[in-house]
Amino acid sequence: MTVSDPQAPAGGAGVTELDESVDIATEEGRRLAERLADNRPHARKLLEVRNLSTQFFTRDGVVHAVDEVSFDLDYGETLGLVGESGCGKSVTALSLVRLIPDPPGQIVDGQIIFDGIDILKLSRAEMRRLRGRKIGFIFQDPMTSLNPTLPIGFQISESARTHLGLSRSAAGDRAVELLSKVGIPRARDRMGDYPHQFSGGMRQRVMIAIALACDPMLLLADEPTTALDVTIQAQILDLIRSLSAEFGTAVILITHDLGIAAGMCNRVNVMYAGRIVETGVVDDVFEKARHPYAWGLLDSLPRLNETKAARLRTIEGLPPDLIDPGVECRFSPRCHYVQDKCRTAEPELTPREGVGHLARCFGTEPGGWIP
Amino acid sequence: MTEQTGAIETGVVLEKRRSAGLWGDAFRRLLRNRLAIVGGVLVIFLAFVAVFGPLLTPYEYFHQDLEMVVANNNRPLTPMQRIEGFDRVHVLGTDELGRDLLSRLMDGARISMMVALVVQTVVLVIGIPVGAAAAWFGGRVDNILMRITDVVWAYPDLLFIILLGVAFKETFFGQALDGLLLVFVAIGLTSWVTMARLVRGQLLSLKETEFVEAAKAIGVSDRKIVTRHLLPNATGPIIVAVTLGIPAAILAEATLAFIGIGVQAPRASWGSLVADGNAFVRSFPHLVIFPAVAIAVALISFTFLGDGLRDALDPKLKGKQ
Repeated sequence: MTVSDPQAPAGGAGVTELDESVDIATEEGRRLAERLADNRPHARKLLEVRNLSTQFFTRDGVVHAVDEVSFDLDYGETLGLVGESGCGKSVTALSLVRLIPDPPGQIVDGQIIFDGIDILKLSRAEMRRLRGRKIGFIFQDPMTSLNPTLPIGFQISESARTHLGLSRSAAGDRAVELLSKVGIPRARDRMGDYPHQFSGGMRQRVMIAIALACDPMLLLADEPTTALDVTIQAQILDLIRSLSAEFGTAVILITHDLGIAAGMCNRVNVMYAGRIVETGVVDDVFEKARHPYAWGLLDSLPRLNETKAARLRTIEGLPPDLIDPGVECRFSPRCHYVQDKCRTAEPELTPREGVGHLARCFGTEPGGWIP
Repeated sequence: MTEQTGAIETGVVLEKRRSAGLWGDAFRRLLRNRLAIVGGVLVIFLAFVAVFGPLLTPYEYFHQDLEMVVANNNRPLTPMQRIEGFDRVHVLGTDELGRDLLSRLMDGARISMMVALVVQTVVLVIGIPVGAAAAWFGGRVDNILMRITDVVWAYPDLLFIILLGVAFKETFFGQALDGLLLVFVAIGLTSWVTMARLVRGQLLSLKETEFVEAAKAIGVSDRKIVTRHLLPNATGPIIVAVTLGIPAAILAEATLAFIGIGVQAPRASWGSLVADGNAFVRSFPHLVIFPAVAIAVALISFTFLGDGLRDALDPKLKGKQ
C-alpha cells in the first residue's frame, strides 16, 4: 500500500524536466515558459477543474453527463475517480483532453487549468500538442486500442516523433527503453512485432509505454485493468504505480473497483450521476465515508472473510436519467435515509471530518439525521 | 495467456514463427489457394508479355505479309498454314491484310495491361481522397462528395465515354498513345465511384475504433491519422477492389474497341481484333476465337487472383485454414 506515500519530490522532478524541454519557438511554448518562470513547483496545482459541465445533445434531449464537477490535482498525486457505470467518470477524463465526440458531446461550461494553461481556450493545434506530450492517456481495452496494421515500435515512437521532434532512430531507441521499462523482455527484438503477437497484459504494457513516451505530467488511466484478468491487473497497477513515482507523473485513475482505488490513490472522488458526491483522502473516504452512495459502494464489495456464501449486496434501483435530473438530490430515489428535504433541493458539497473531505448529503451534514 | 508465463511463452512462439507480419500471413494464405496461384501465374505471364512483347514478337503488329496472303488467293491465313514457295509460317495465322495474329495479340496484351494500370491509377487517385475526405469530415462534406459520386454512378458510362471520345478526338489528349489514353482516363473517370464508396465505408467504421481515439489522445494530427492509421487498415479491401476492378476495366476497353471507340488502326486491342474478325467469323473463326480467348483468360486470371486476395486478406479468416 502506497496510499500515504508522499510523492511530492517526484512531482518536483517532473517540473524541472519540463523546464528544459519547453520549446520557446512556438507560441504555446513561449506562454508556457513565461508561466513556468514565475511558478515554483507546488506553488499551484497541476490541474484545477472548476464547474466542468459536459453535455450530450441527443435526439431524446440534453444528457447532463458531467455536471459542475470541480476538483484539484497536485503534481505527482494519484487521484481516483470511482462510481458505477454511466456516472460520468470517463466523460470527465475525456473532457480534460477535449476528446469528447463532438457532435453530440460538448463541454458547455467550466474551466480546466492544467499546469497554468486554460485548456478550454487552446486552439485545436495547441490542444493536439498538449495531448500525448503533457497528458498521457491509457484506454480501457488494450485489445482494440492498438493499430493492428502498425508494428508496436512505430506506435510507441510515434508520440515521441510527433511531439519531441526526435528522428526515427532516436525515437526508436526511446521506444526500446520504454518497452523494457514496462517490462517487456527482449524489447529491441519485439519492436517490429504487431499487436496480435502480444497478449492482453503485454498490450496494456505497450499502451502504458505509449502514454509515457513523452514523459507527461499527467496520466489519465481510464479503467486500465478492466479488460484484464486479475493477476495481470495487479501487475499493470504495480507498473503504473512504480512508473508514475519514477517519472513524477500525476495520475487520474478511473475505476469502478474500490479495491484498486484504495490501493493506488492518494485521494478519491466518488461520482454519481455526473456529480462528485464525496471527495477526500483515500483513508477518509474508505473509513469515514459520509455519503450513503459511498456506503452502498463499499457495502457491495465482496468480502473474503464472509463465512457463508452470502449474496452480493447491491445498491437497489438505477441511476437517474441524466436528461432531466430534476432539483432533488440525485441519489434520493435509491437512498435508505431519504427525507423530504432531499426531494426538494440538492445538497452542496460541504466539509466533513478530515482534510479536504467533502460530501454532498443533507443527512450527514452537521445537525443531519444520519449518525 | 497468464501473464507470468506470457513473456516466456511468446518468446517460444516467436522462435518457431518469426514475425511475418500481417502481409506475410496473408501471402502464405494466398499461396495455399490453388486457383489464386493459377490466376497469379497467368497475370505474371500477361505482364511479362506486355513488357517484353515487342522483343519477342515474330513481326511488328502492323507488318503486312501481303505476299503470302496474295499467294493464298487474298484470303487470311489460318494457323500454321503452309503456302507453297514460302519457308515461313504464321503460328496463329494472319488477318486478310497479312498481319500476324500472334504479334497483334501480344501487342493487345500490352494495351490491356496499360488499361489495368492507368485505369486503376485514376481510380485510386480520385477514389481514395474522395472516400477518405467524405468519411473523415462527415457532415456536409460527406453529403456533397457522396451526391457527386451518386451522379457519376447514375450517368451511363458508355455515353460519357463516347461523348468524351468525340469531344477530344482531334486534340493531343485524344491522340496520345494511339487514342488509348483518352479511353483509359474516360474509363477511370467512370469507375472511381466504387472505390470512393468502399474507402468511405471502410474509414467510417475504422474512424470509430479505439486505436484512432488512442492516436488522437497522443496528439497525432488528422492528416496522419487518416494516412497512417486509417488507410493502412483499409489496404486489404482496396487491393481486392483494384484487382477485381482490372478485369472490369479490360472488358470495358474491349467493349469500346469492339464498337470502334478508342484504339486507332493500325494498332489493335483484343476488342478491336474481335470486331475485325467478326466479318469472317464463319470462314475464318480463328480471327475471333484467339482474341476472345485472350480476353477470357485475362479476365479469369485477374478474377481468380482477386478472389484469392480477398480470402487471404479477410481479417475474419485470420488464424483459420
